[in-house]
Amino acid sequence: MNTNPLSIPPINKDETAQRPGMFIYGQVDQQLIDERVAQFRDQTQRYLAGKLSEDEFLALRLMNGVYVQTHAPMMRIAIPYGLFSSEQMRMLAHIARTYDKGYGHFTTRQNIQFNWLKIAEIPDLLADLASVQMHAVQTSGNCIRNTTTDPLAGVAGDELEDPRPYCEIIRQWSTLHPEFAHLPRKFKIAVTGAKKDRAVTLIHDIALSLVKNDAGEIGFKVSVGGGLGRTPMIAQTVRPFLEKQHLLSYLEAVLRIYNLKGRRDNKYKARIKILVGSMGVEAFSKLVEAEWLKIKDSMILDQAEIDRVKAHFAPFAYDTATEQTVTDNPAFNRWLEHNTSEHKVPGYRVVHVSLKAPQAAPGDISAAQMDIAASLAEQYSFGLLRSTYDQNLVFADVKQADLFDLWQALEDADLATPTIGTLNDMICCPGLDFCALANASSIDVAADIQKRFQQLDYLYDLGEIDLKMSGCMNGCAHHSIGHIGILGVDKKGVEWYQFTLGGFSENEAQLGQRLGRAIAKADVADTVEKIAKVYIEQRLTNERFVDTFYRIGIEPFKGRVYETN
Amino acid sequence: MKLINNRQIVEDSWQTIADESNIEQLPGGKLIVSFAFWNDHKQALIARDDALGIKFNPEDDVADIAADLASFALVVLQFPAFRDGRAYSQARNLRQHHGYQGEIRATGNVLRDQLAFMERVGINSFEIDSHQDINDAINGFDEISIKYQSSSDEPLPLYKRATA
Repeated sequence: MNTNPLSIPPINKDETAQRPGMFIYGQVDQQLIDERVAQFRDQTQRYLAGKLSEDEFLALRLMNGVYVQTHAPMMRIAIPYGLFSSEQMRMLAHIARTYDKGYGHFTTRQNIQFNWLKIAEIPDLLADLASVQMHAVQTSGNCIRNTTTDPLAGVAGDELEDPRPYCEIIRQWSTLHPEFAHLPRKFKIAVTGAKKDRAVTLIHDIALSLVKNDAGEIGFKVSVGGGLGRTPMIAQTVRPFLEKQHLLSYLEAVLRIYNLKGRRDNKYKARIKILVGSMGVEAFSKLVEAEWLKIKDSMILDQAEIDRVKAHFAPFAYDTATEQTVTDNPAFNRWLEHNTSEHKVPGYRVVHVSLKAPQAAPGDISAAQMDIAASLAEQYSFGLLRSTYDQNLVFADVKQADLFDLWQALEDADLATPTIGTLNDMICCPGLDFCALANASSIDVAADIQKRFQQLDYLYDLGEIDLKMSGCMNGCAHHSIGHIGILGVDKKGVEWYQFTLGGFSENEAQLGQRLGRAIAKADVADTVEKIAKVYIEQRLTNERFVDTFYRIGIEPFKGRVYETN
Repeated sequence: MKLINNRQIVEDSWQTIADESNIEQLPGGKLIVSFAFWNDHKQALIARDDALGIKFNPEDDVADIAADLASFALVVLQFPAFRDGRAYSQARNLRQHHGYQGEIRATGNVLRDQLAFMERVGINSFEIDSHQDINDAINGFDEISIKYQSSSDEPLPLYKRATA
């Protein structure tokens, strides 16, 4: 009999064992989430019976992704590093129908949220999730959150190495880590393996970037202390090269220093960025390195374990003989140009499934759309989907010959809005309509802006503009790093919107500069249009908005927006 | 007072000494003193026959007492609120870096739903928060049996345990 629990095939379904491309649970992984469901069921029963205080239950439900929001409990479900299967997507559709009002909301953390739940039903919801190897562990609370990564991981041409096996190794290490379940504040790790940082790693508490050293070995550059919210900061390099075998010991050292020394007296100063900022990155690194030297030899990450996890993400057997679809259908060609991108294997494209249809809130998806996306992924992209930082979905491995058929099906389901990467592909938080923290609405303002720029020729002419809008200082939509950032604030019960310009997040990240005094809600779309006009007038050939901004500075924009009539 | 010690409910046999206490008039038996009291009265405390315990504040660096650890049969770590997780790392430091083998006790806002985490980092006795039922709390240890990562209870991560 085989006594190695890690080599026992998954207990649910035989076919999942055959499906490559994502991490498939073994018996122990399944057992953990099953036990977790039973534990939360018991905790919920104790709470409903009055044996747990509101505050004690709050911490427990947060560790299981449950917040109490404006209308009802909101629940955030983990999609580890944004990768999930058609079967899992169908389960999300089932959850939307059974426990919610028939839709869900994809977040910038590559997770999905449901907004209309009942506390008493959540244990059943978690049991349903567990049946397809999903959970909500550590999707909220002051613990290590879902690790995020490049939505094009494994298929991007500019990749040094696929980051997902390391994300999975980090997921396992961080899951119910006993020492780090009660940190000063939430803790987010992002990993990238490509030249272009599509995972905005530098705004995370820890940014890991796969790099090659002078000897040609691949390891990690470790940066610490990024984050947005009230005090936006870009992560600073703590170690330029870390051997892979030391990945977990180094993370453990950073977390231990943070757990002991991070501030706990003020939740707005409790993130690791404040600790790194107040000590200085040199002093912080010194503490981390000293701790790391003590533990590194006892925590070696074996190459065999890396290889075991890597095997789950092995590339598909690609059929490279396929040919590009050629048509003269202008709508298809627009979509092809804007909503698909290069795949490292000839004959394939990456398809970006838009969740920015003008009639829905950014990131929202209905149960019917989830089912359609699940079936299309099965038919055209090896049964896998990815959720992205910019609140869209990706089918990563689509044969070029299938693109036209796929487009038609997506178009029929309102999932083919051809605006990926444009101003209308904005990132937007749920805002005042759903969130208990928000000061201002964001969804209706987003709709105003999208309507203003609905002329596709106009929108395409503006090119790549990254617009991000948050309904409060917590900055869930990362407005501080938007080319155009919009922050909703409340002034004496009236909603106002502060603009920042020039933020960006590729490789070197930069925070946006404040444009000036806040703008009234009714004038937000006008203001975006004025900013766009300045750009159109001043740009050089092929110059992106953000590049024009850095050439001409903020004054011309300021002048136009605040000029008196 | 009852507490959980190595997963058994037992009567507490220790007495905590206030910092204002007169070193000449300490009672007999097993005593817990603060880090500050220890520093002020080291020689006199070592001279006693009975076992000694030390109580740390969450902000204390346990390394500061590394050389004296052998003098203590008990280290008390504090959870002023269950959310304040510094004592988890203090416990880990004591076990991992200083090889401390004695009793490590959690006191303060110590609740059933954190016991398993506390036990994993090396805490082995628990003064359960007075508003919780200790007979219920003792059920909190084994709800999750899968432990991916190494800690004070498991020196190896799951994958190495499995193949060992």
